[in-house]
Amino acid sequence: MLPSDFWGRIVFILEEYGASFAGGIWTTMIIAVISTAIGCIIGFAIGIIQTIPCDREETPVKWGLLSVIKFILTAYVEIFRGTPMMVQAMFIYYGSAMVFNINMGMWTAAFFIVSINTGAYMAETVRGGILSIDPGQTEGAMAIGMNHFQTMINVILPQALRNIMPQIGNNLIINIKDTSVLSVIGVMELFYTTKGIAGAYYTYFEAFTITMVFYFIMTFICSRILRFMESKMDGPDNYELVQTDALVMGEGMHTYNPKDKNSYTNVDYKAHKTGNFNENQREGM
Amino acid sequence: MENIIKVSHLQKFFGKNQVLKDVDFKVDEGDVTTIIGASGSGKSTLLRCINLLEKPSGGEILFHGKPITGKGFDHCGYRAKVGMCFQSFNLFNNMTVLENCMTGPVKVLKKSREKAKEKALFYLKKVGMDPYINAKPMQLSGGQKQRVAIARALAMEPEVLLFDEPTSALDPQMVGEVLSVMRQLAKEGLTMIIVTHEMAFARDVSTHVVYMADGVICEEGTPEDIFEHPKKEKTVEFLKRFNER
Ligand SMILES: Nc1ncnc2c1ncn2[C@@H]1O[C@H](COP(=O)(O)OP(=O)(O)O)[C@@H](O)[C@H]1O
Ligand SMILES: [Mg+2]
Repeated sequence: MLPSDFWGRIVFILEEYGASFAGGIWTTMIIAVISTAIGCIIGFAIGIIQTIPCDREETPVKWGLLSVIKFILTAYVEIFRGTPMMVQAMFIYYGSAMVFNINMGMWTAAFFIVSINTGAYMAETVRGGILSIDPGQTEGAMAIGMNHFQTMINVILPQALRNIMPQIGNNLIINIKDTSVLSVIGVMELFYTTKGIAGAYYTYFEAFTITMVFYFIMTFICSRILRFMESKMDGPDNYELVQTDALVMGEGMHTYNPKDKNSYTNVDYKAHKTGNFNENQREGM
Repeated sequence: MENIIKVSHLQKFFGKNQVLKDVDFKVDEGDVTTIIGASGSGKSTLLRCINLLEKPSGGEILFHGKPITGKGFDHCGYRAKVGMCFQSFNLFNNMTVLENCMTGPVKVLKKSREKAKEKALFYLKKVGMDPYINAKPMQLSGGQKQRVAIARALAMEPEVLLFDEPTSALDPQMVGEVLSVMRQLAKEGLTMIIVTHEMAFARDVSTHVVYMADGVICEEGTPEDIFEHPKKEKTVEFLKRFNER
């Protein structure tokens, strides 16, 4: 029996279809979260490739190869950013089945479409993130002998990642909402689920009120979690001074000996102990 | 004896602008070479060419007698042996002080983490920054950052260490702490090439002083030659201007 008042109907729908809602929420979240993660990996990979330094005269073959790859990547980014995801979903899911006889399966198609879309957006975001890092960081890494890949993985990308965390959060939230377009290929995410529920008793207002609230809760919680992760990445605001006498291995003081890299010799370097620098030691000119 | 670094007829163009015109000089083991000269005379460009951060346009740079500018030369392996400290420190902002000093030995030299940590602590202690191993670069003063940058370079145990105006970005009261570390390194026999405007320091620690003007080496010699008995008009002029400041 359908109650006659608004709240009554809300409760009724929740009791009757709670499990369906839960299923829809789960589907939406799993697709949004995993696809955002895969999209980020795609974005970072493209970011690394787009910024590989290459000299046209010095290594013409490598340069030519890179140019082709960069062209393909740019085309990918522009095409997927420039067309609606709903159209892509139809094109890839039904199109691939009809023309190439590839039956990707609904789930594979869902993850594929959202990931590849996020990747296209993230590629540009990551590129911007990399460009925003002080070139001095790269020079510092090069000066200790790191190659491009090591520099990227250890120095540049961690900083770029921190800087683009807000955009990653943005992408996640967009993906939570935009998985609703996957209903066109029959994915039972939250929107498609709600449509079915609403149609059963003709309770569009109540059912979609509930769904609005669910979407909001999902996006809000995700944005808070990402904020928390950002502050975790920033590390503590203060540091503790450490007494390292206990940390440094045995036999007292060592000094640099260019003749023999593996042996240390004992010298006095009292003047170099912390705090013993004379502030007035400033050199005259 | 074979020179560690031998630069001959080095040229560098930025577009049509020739910044280095036929520069010749050499560095032997244990040498402390200071490069002085006015802003824009090409000092940084010379150091950056030696470290291959800039590609020389002409001439030759030999490292232990082998040219470093040829095709297929291992830039990374070379830079691991020829360290560099920058005016702007360039510490890795995403790492703590300790990680800054460990990452090179671990990732580039493929040392174990224990060995790398031991080395890092040793050199951080040498520059007096061992209590700060857990700090991030952002949390340090300029002088402290530069001392960590020196420890980071030393942790690679380079054969030659290049310094590009290591104290120019520092507040006056922090200059002393960095120079005193560098003095100690000089005393211990580390081979260094230092671009600096600290003339008293240059006079004290150098075995060799190079005065650059307009992309050429105008005059070079012992600190005594350059500071007490400069021969060239330009050198006299430059030093006079400096003393008046
Ligand atoms: N990347 C660059 N592109 C173009 N010109 C440059 C570049 N780096 C330096 N220069 C020019 O080269 C000249 C020498 O610069 P630099 O080596 O930095 O001098 P110094 O370190 O002695 O002050 C300057 O005129 C500068 O404008
Ligand atoms: Mg300079």
